Amino acid sequence: MQLKQDSWKILTGVASVAAVLALAVPVVKSQGRTLIKIDGSSTVYPITEAVAEEFQIDKRGAVQVTVGISGTGGGFKKFCSQDASVRTDISNASRTIKDSEKEACKAAGVEYIELPVAYDAITVVVNQDNPIDSMTVEELKTMWQPEADETVTQWSQVNSSWPQEEFTLFGPGADSGTFDYFTDKITGEEGASRTDYTPSEDDNVLVQGVASDPFALGYFGYSYYESNRDKLKAVAIDDGTGNAVYPSLETVRNGDYKPLSRPIFIYINAEAAEKPEVKDFIEFYLANASELVPEVGSVPLDDSGYEEALARFQNKVLGTASAQ
Amino acid sequence: MSSANLQKIRADIQRRKLINTIFALVGILVIMVAILTLLGLTIQMVIEGSSRLTPDFFTSFPSRRAERAGILSAWVGTSLVMLVTALTAVPLGVAAGIYLEEYSRKDWLADLIEINVTNLAGVPSIIYGLLALGLFVYKLQLGQSVISAGLTLALLILPVIIVTTREALRAIPNSLREAAYALGASKWQMIWDHILPYSFGSILTGVIIGLSRAIGQTAPLVTIGALTFIAFLPDSPIKSEFPYISFDWLQAPFTVLPIQMFNWVSRPEREFEMNAAAAGSVLIAMTLTMNALAIYIRYQLRKDVKW
Repeated sequence: MQLKQDSWKILTGVASVAAVLALAVPVVKSQGRTLIKIDGSSTVYPITEAVAEEFQIDKRGAVQVTVGISGTGGGFKKFCSQDASVRTDISNASRTIKDSEKEACKAAGVEYIELPVAYDAITVVVNQDNPIDSMTVEELKTMWQPEADETVTQWSQVNSSWPQEEFTLFGPGADSGTFDYFTDKITGEEGASRTDYTPSEDDNVLVQGVASDPFALGYFGYSYYESNRDKLKAVAIDDGTGNAVYPSLETVRNGDYKPLSRPIFIYINAEAAEKPEVKDFIEFYLANASELVPEVGSVPLDDSGYEEALARFQNKVLGTASAQ
Repeated sequence: MSSANLQKIRADIQRRKLINTIFALVGILVIMVAILTLLGLTIQMVIEGSSRLTPDFFTSFPSRRAERAGILSAWVGTSLVMLVTALTAVPLGVAAGIYLEEYSRKDWLADLIEINVTNLAGVPSIIYGLLALGLFVYKLQLGQSVISAGLTLALLILPVIIVTTREALRAIPNSLREAAYALGASKWQMIWDHILPYSFGSILTGVIIGLSRAIGQTAPLVTIGALTFIAFLPDSPIKSEFPYISFDWLQAPFTVLPIQMFNWVSRPEREFEMNAAAAGSVLIAMTLTMNALAIYIRYQLRKDVKW
């Protein structure tokens, strides 16, 4: 029997490297670096990512920015964590902070500055072959409320002038901030929705679903409609005023597109805001948002909106401003 | 024997042969369906992503512009995490396997451990993520870093390595152990000089199965805080000044290929789907390379072991 001694030397080497690693880790821990940690909503993510990308080019790598996607709620969990090592400097949020999250922040001693950075318009879409152009909020409610389960299944049941065809519904799953907002505004209660529709957390699945079924209807964030205009048709929404409004940059910004548009936010840890690199980043964010936000398919605030946000940041206005 | 009887027997044989052929055909059909589907999916992905597989794709950071986006931070992250995983899981797993198979007494405790280890191999990976979040990130304060991720995946594949190591050791005939003892070898000499080298090939197979499982994981890494956008690399492990080696990279934030792929697939812009396909091709290539390497090493080692 012959043995290859070399391979055993290698194995011993590997084992000793592992041992060294185990010993070295605690020593390394104490070192710091200029790092800005951001996490949170997937709706705000593309904007923050674009800003982070440009910011790092601008700073020539002197400041490192990381952006994660753990959802608005998951982001706040880290933002307000008791454990300083997982706490983020900035949290992306597609809604304002909830009371329970405020309490968590308070318990952890985290104070924060809330800044709106863009609008998100939830867009109701149908197939391009669908004759319907506009819907009222009432009609959407008839279609989506929990009572509609199994009973309302045809377009003509919602509005007698619509085709006598069965509809198929697509929408985000119950974990999504878009779902929360849509149900709140349409059915009147957050989380109350019919359940016999096709849910997906992946908005591209919803796009495919509506694009391939002539009698389908779905809803999702504006940027997904923007990128798929050739396949889908947006439905104008009538907020009971008799005037149906299509979602667009203008109608969202001037507030005509109601009730499905909402501001989206970033939350900044007040302590981190004292650090020069975070301060630079936020100022860079607000200065470049009006250019970068449309590039990723979202709707920017008007210029005065960003100026107000900047003033809010520079004056260190703590807490949430939302009285929505 | 009457001719009628003979005919009956012949008919019977014919029938059996027919059944045999039918089963063989069904078997081929089943394996073709499985392999062709897999092959079709892989080829389609490679074709879709091929136009993005340029050198730039490997040396650029993620970007909001599909044509400028690359996988530099993702493939470096995946490689570093896998390095930590391999360096911890392999020595630990093989050592545990050796202990359980060669040293421990075969009593109820060993049975209990055996059942638990086998069951652990089937635990959903997200559970390991939650465990790691509590243990590595919060308790041991390792942060949301390469080392946390590597250790998490090491935990995940440890049972696989332990089980395959034990299987490999069990396959070595007892006569070899006895022969070693007869020549005056101690237990450790017997294991180190004989049993381990002969079973190395099979152990390596287990290691590769484990690492291949680890490389595609997303859920446990998202749980411990893997990032999606990261446009810088961890510190280099080699430094120009004393002590020349740095372990800062262990503490660095990271992302991995599967997470980068998922992010691209879920983007509104369709151009990113090409990027995702290209990243998927790279991931498959990395896994296949790992497998090929293992097969080659195993072949080289087996050549030297002559019974």
